[in-house]
Amino acid sequence: MGALLQVEHLTMRFGGLVAVDDVSFAAADREITAVIGPNGAGKTTLFNCLTGFYKPTVGRLALRRPEGEFFLERMEGFRIAREAKVARTFQNIRLFPHMTTLENLMVAQHNPLMRASGMSLLGLFAWPGYRRAERAAVERARYWLAKVDLLAQADDEAGALPYGAQRRLEIARAMCTEPCLLCLDEPAAGLNPRESAELNDLLRLIRDEHRIAILLIEHDMSVVMQISDRVVVLDYGRKIADGSPAQVRNDAAVIRAYLGEDEDAALPEEVARDLQAGH
Amino acid sequence: MEYFLQQLINGLTLGGIYALIAIGYTMVYGIIGMINFAHGEVYMIGAFIAVIAFTALGLLGLTWVPLSLAIVLMLAIGFTAIYGWSIERVAYRPLRSAPRLAPLISAIGMSILLQNYVQVLQGAKIKTLPPMIEGGLTLMQVEGFSVRLSYLQIIILLLTVSLMAAFSVVIARTPLGRAQRACEQDRRMASLLGVDVDRTISLTFVMGAGLAAVAGVFVTLYYGVIDFFIGFLAGLKAFTAAVLGGIGSLAGAMLGGLLIGLIEAFWAGYFTVEYKDLAVFAILVIVLIFRPTGLLGQPEVEKV
Amino acid sequence: MASIAEAAPKPPNALAGALKEAALAAGVAGALALPLIGFHLVDVTGGVSVESRLSWVVYAMLAVFAGRFLLAITRRPAAASGHRDARRSASGKRNARLVGLVILAAVLVLPFLPFSNRYVLDTAITVLIYVMLGWGLNVVVGLAGLLDLGYVAFYAVGAYSYALLALYLQFGFWECLPLAGILAATFGVLLGFPVLRLRGDYLAIVTLGFGEMIRIVLLNWQDFTRGPNGIDSIPRPSFFGLPFREEPPEGGTSFHQFFGLEYAPEHRIVFLFYLILALALVTNWATLRLRRLPIGRAWEALREDEIACRSLGINPTNTKLSAFAIGAMFGGFAGAFFATRQGFISPESFTFMESAVILAIVVLGGMGSQLGVVVAAAFFIVLPELAREFAQFRMLLFGLAMVLIMLWRPQGLISGREPSIRLGRPADG
Repeated sequence: MGALLQVEHLTMRFGGLVAVDDVSFAAADREITAVIGPNGAGKTTLFNCLTGFYKPTVGRLALRRPEGEFFLERMEGFRIAREAKVARTFQNIRLFPHMTTLENLMVAQHNPLMRASGMSLLGLFAWPGYRRAERAAVERARYWLAKVDLLAQADDEAGALPYGAQRRLEIARAMCTEPCLLCLDEPAAGLNPRESAELNDLLRLIRDEHRIAILLIEHDMSVVMQISDRVVVLDYGRKIADGSPAQVRNDAAVIRAYLGEDEDAALPEEVARDLQAGH
Repeated sequence: MEYFLQQLINGLTLGGIYALIAIGYTMVYGIIGMINFAHGEVYMIGAFIAVIAFTALGLLGLTWVPLSLAIVLMLAIGFTAIYGWSIERVAYRPLRSAPRLAPLISAIGMSILLQNYVQVLQGAKIKTLPPMIEGGLTLMQVEGFSVRLSYLQIIILLLTVSLMAAFSVVIARTPLGRAQRACEQDRRMASLLGVDVDRTISLTFVMGAGLAAVAGVFVTLYYGVIDFFIGFLAGLKAFTAAVLGGIGSLAGAMLGGLLIGLIEAFWAGYFTVEYKDLAVFAILVIVLIFRPTGLLGQPEVEKV
Repeated sequence: MASIAEAAPKPPNALAGALKEAALAAGVAGALALPLIGFHLVDVTGGVSVESRLSWVVYAMLAVFAGRFLLAITRRPAAASGHRDARRSASGKRNARLVGLVILAAVLVLPFLPFSNRYVLDTAITVLIYVMLGWGLNVVVGLAGLLDLGYVAFYAVGAYSYALLALYLQFGFWECLPLAGILAATFGVLLGFPVLRLRGDYLAIVTLGFGEMIRIVLLNWQDFTRGPNGIDSIPRPSFFGLPFREEPPEGGTSFHQFFGLEYAPEHRIVFLFYLILALALVTNWATLRLRRLPIGRAWEALREDEIACRSLGINPTNTKLSAFAIGAMFGGFAGAFFATRQGFISPESFTFMESAVILAIVVLGGMGSQLGVVVAAAFFIVLPELAREFAQFRMLLFGLAMVLIMLWRPQGLISGREPSIRLGRPADG
């Protein structure tokens, strides 16, 4: 399968700080690519460049879709979501807390609904075409609510949902934009083991049934190692490894990055367990 | 050239007064993130106390200007500070955890209340004060046009500069300033670390009101005329100055105040007096379009 | 209602505490009162003199002492009152629709009620203008979360559009009404385009400045706007072409002739009343509908989290601009109505005070609540009318009321939002 996203020589500087330093990698279509690395490795900065919140200092972010090629580094944030179809979630969940679960998913379908409502003019007078579009949008929302097990909370305030449910809702909301690339920033953070396992199933479903590529930042190795097709490791803004989970797990540079320079140190048991979790 | 110089002097004097008021806005905004709409009224109250005190001292036969000026300044600062403190205590503190617009509406209400309170108590007519500090220096005299720097202008400029310097030191060096900066950054954390947040906020209002009172005293002396409505436009311009300089920044408030004063003086001097306020707001809009956080404001880093 | 906490006797030191608090408050009141109440400036020839009235200071201190003491001993535990608030707002939401319908019915028949006279109708018209302005501003502040302190600018643009078009081009009210809305919306876009990127409070001051700028231009562009003298003899509205005049224009018919009625000046007032009622209801209908459309949800989403909106492909600038323009448009309609109702407008009518009152109506009503706006508008217009006897204390009481109401209900009178859509029940269902 061809590369959907090609990151080339991406560099992001903040004053003197180089958060991302000449990173290149590719993410294949319909695969899950994980980006891992210690805290401060530049993972979220990479995401922010991809989704238009930062303009990279140097580098190219090319997204190749059948419809054409998009250079994300040149696009405004909202256009990346609207035209290049890259959707994302946030490390610190960003829902619309006072709106309901369903409303959150309806906002995600803003652009098609806006067209159907004739920039609101037709919608104002309940034009049948708009009502059809709205029903279809509700159905899509219902589908994703079922997938993330939130149907019963559809009319509850999103901000009042439990933490794990908010994480799932954010993924559902991103999926409602019908993306071709889904960027997830630590989706398993704060989830208990059972919820993590459910998350794995959800991400597999998105990849296998919806045939959507996922770019994943994650610390939870049980998630990364089990579901990733490819793993990119960053440390201090540089790429230090790139390969299949099995390759990365045994990469000396990766182990060093996670455990420090002292190569003689034995792996603490829980770290070893995490790294082996894929087996 | 001479005319330019004269307008420069006038603009700096006016700007100094705006800066004194603007500091109150910017400090309050910095620490609790609200526009203290009643601050213009605090300045107006300072001006009224000044007229009352000057007149009363005159009736008592105290005519030696340096002494009466010192007494009036002390009275105005003291009483106005109590107004500043009370406004915060009554109208803003109970709303500290309320939705963002609630304290703003409360502040607007407070502003209307204070304006009419003074109007009811002191009358709607303008109040005049005979000139007390007269004379000045003639800097230049060319073809019948002289550039004058009055003693009052010298006093205003010197006092403004020294107050600003003193304030910068207070904010940068003293425990109070440290507490203020801590509250600005994270009020909850500051209180966990033992900073008395309520007291710090109260003192911020007190200091802001004190500076506004100084501005009020000198405006009274400078123009010789006040009424209960002067707080609105002065407050608006001072707030504009704070925003122009970058709200939350002390140096920004001073710079913004001086700029507003200069813009006003030059516009009135070279173009039309009628549109001087328009020029002030137009320049504010233009600056904000190109520097959305004001001249000296920290550009906000978008946390995603 | 009595809870255990209220029934329990106060601990003995509560009284002493209350006395201490009251004494402190009285002390502060004394310091506040001394300079401004204790002394007053009297106008004498050639300047001012000062007289003392120190007894007033003592009265003020006694009043504050008593008030603070009563407040301290009667104050209920915070938890109990919070609970009560929650319950009330829940039941309020259920009844909102019913209350709205009852109010509407009452308003519809108002001109025919026995107590209704010209004064009542005039006041009602003023209330309805503010209701309409409140609903318009609600789009900007309540839904889109953009703090607009210069809403009066759009009201002024609407009013002056009509007045000037009538003055120079002899346009009638009905041609001008849509034009006034369009012009105000255009102004909204022109102002909004450069400044909507600004963060909340910067936006607030820029909108405030814009409101002042419009007023300054109206005041000083004397050749065009007639400056502070204002524009008078603005044409009154006709009943779809039939004027309300005793003597019809040559070759025309007046309203009372057409319907075979006795001429009465009240006809026009009643017509104005129904006109503004219709305009307000259109505003209500349109804003309620818009809220259930994608644009309305995008407004609310922007208010909640702009960054998340961008990540979902929503163009924040255009979305904010649309809220600004639509809010401005309703302000423009209301302005045109104001001009035709008064027959005279001057920049005096469009001061910051107006913006403040409209904003207060929105916030006090409970942001985003349509019914809340009605209640708040009625309160803010009727209160000064009732206080007419206290002539000079009117605005003082008005300001005091603003502060007290915010302290009493920071969330507004009617808080809590209704979802724009529910699962299995689409907005149009």
